[in-house]
Amino acid sequence: MALGPYASFIVTSYALVAAVVLILIVWIAIDHRRVRARLHELESSGVARRSGRGATDLT
Amino acid sequence: MTLTELANPTRFLSLATRILPWLAMATGILLAIGLYQSAMAPDDYQQGATVKIMFIHVPNAWLSMFVWGVMSVASLGTLVWRHPLADVAAKSAAPIGAAFTFLALVTGSLWGRPMWGTYWEWDARLTSVLILFLMYLGLIALWRAVEDPSRAARAAAVLTLVGAINIPIIKFSVDWWNTLHQPASVMKMGGSSLDKSFLIPLLVMAVAFSLLFITLHLAAMRNEILRRRLRALQMLQASKPVALP
Repeated sequence: MALGPYASFIVTSYALVAAVVLILIVWIAIDHRRVRARLHELESSGVARRSGRGATDLT
Repeated sequence: MTLTELANPTRFLSLATRILPWLAMATGILLAIGLYQSAMAPDDYQQGATVKIMFIHVPNAWLSMFVWGVMSVASLGTLVWRHPLADVAAKSAAPIGAAFTFLALVTGSLWGRPMWGTYWEWDARLTSVLILFLMYLGLIALWRAVEDPSRAARAAAVLTLVGAINIPIIKFSVDWWNTLHQPASVMKMGGSSLDKSFLIPLLVMAVAFSLLFITLHLAAMRNEILRRRLRALQMLQASKPVALP
C-alpha cells in the first residue's frame, strides 16, 4: 500500500484518532475502577444505602 | 424494555453491564473490517492516497453533530420529562462528543493542508465546527463548576438546547455560504456521488464509530450512576453524628 507524497498527513491522522480513542477507553476504564474502589471502601466502613443494597449490586 | 423501565438506574446498570462486552466486541470487529477496507480502497484520481483520511474524518464529523443531538434529546428529558437518567446521559456524552469534534477538526486540517494548501480557513463550515467544539468544552466546564447536580443539569440542558441551533448551521453551511469545504457528497438529494469503492468503507467506518460511541457512552453512563451513588453515600457519612470522647 503506497501512500504517496502525503503519507505523513495520512499516518498522522490515523495515529491521532487511534491515540484519542485509546485515551477515551483507558480514561473510562480507570474512572470505573476508581469509583468502584471508593464505593467498596465506603461500604466496608459501614456506610450503606437507604435501600440496604450494595451500590454496585445489579439486582 | 421501555424507557420508563430503564428509568430505574439499577435496571439500567444491569442491562449496560450485560451488553457492554458484546457491543465492545462488535465495535472491534467492525473497526477491523472498516480499517482493512479503508487500507485497500483505491486512490482517488484527484486526491491520490489522501482520500484515506476521509474514512476517519467523516465518521468523526458526523458523530460530533450526532452526539450533540443525543445530548439535546437528553436535555429535553431533563427539562420536560425529568427522566432520572437524562442528565446522566447528557453529562456522560459531552467528553466523548468533544473528543470526536476535536478529531474531526484535526483530521480535517491534516486533509486540508495537502488538498487546499492550508491547515485552516475561517470559512463557515470550519468555524461552526470550532464553535461546536468550544460549546462542548463550555458544557463540561459548567457541569464541573456548579456543585449542585440538579442545578447543573438544568443549566446544562438549557445551554445544550440553545446550542443545538448550531447543528443545522454546520450541516447547511456549505450550501448557504461560499466555503472552501466541499458540499455534501454522501447524504444529499439524488443519492451519494461517491463511488462504491469509497462509499462502502466509509459507511462501515461510520457504523463502527457509531458503535464505538454507544459502547463508550454506556460505560461512561455506568460510571456516572456509580459516582452519584458514591456522592450520596459520602453525604450520608458526613451527616452521621460524630461520637464525642
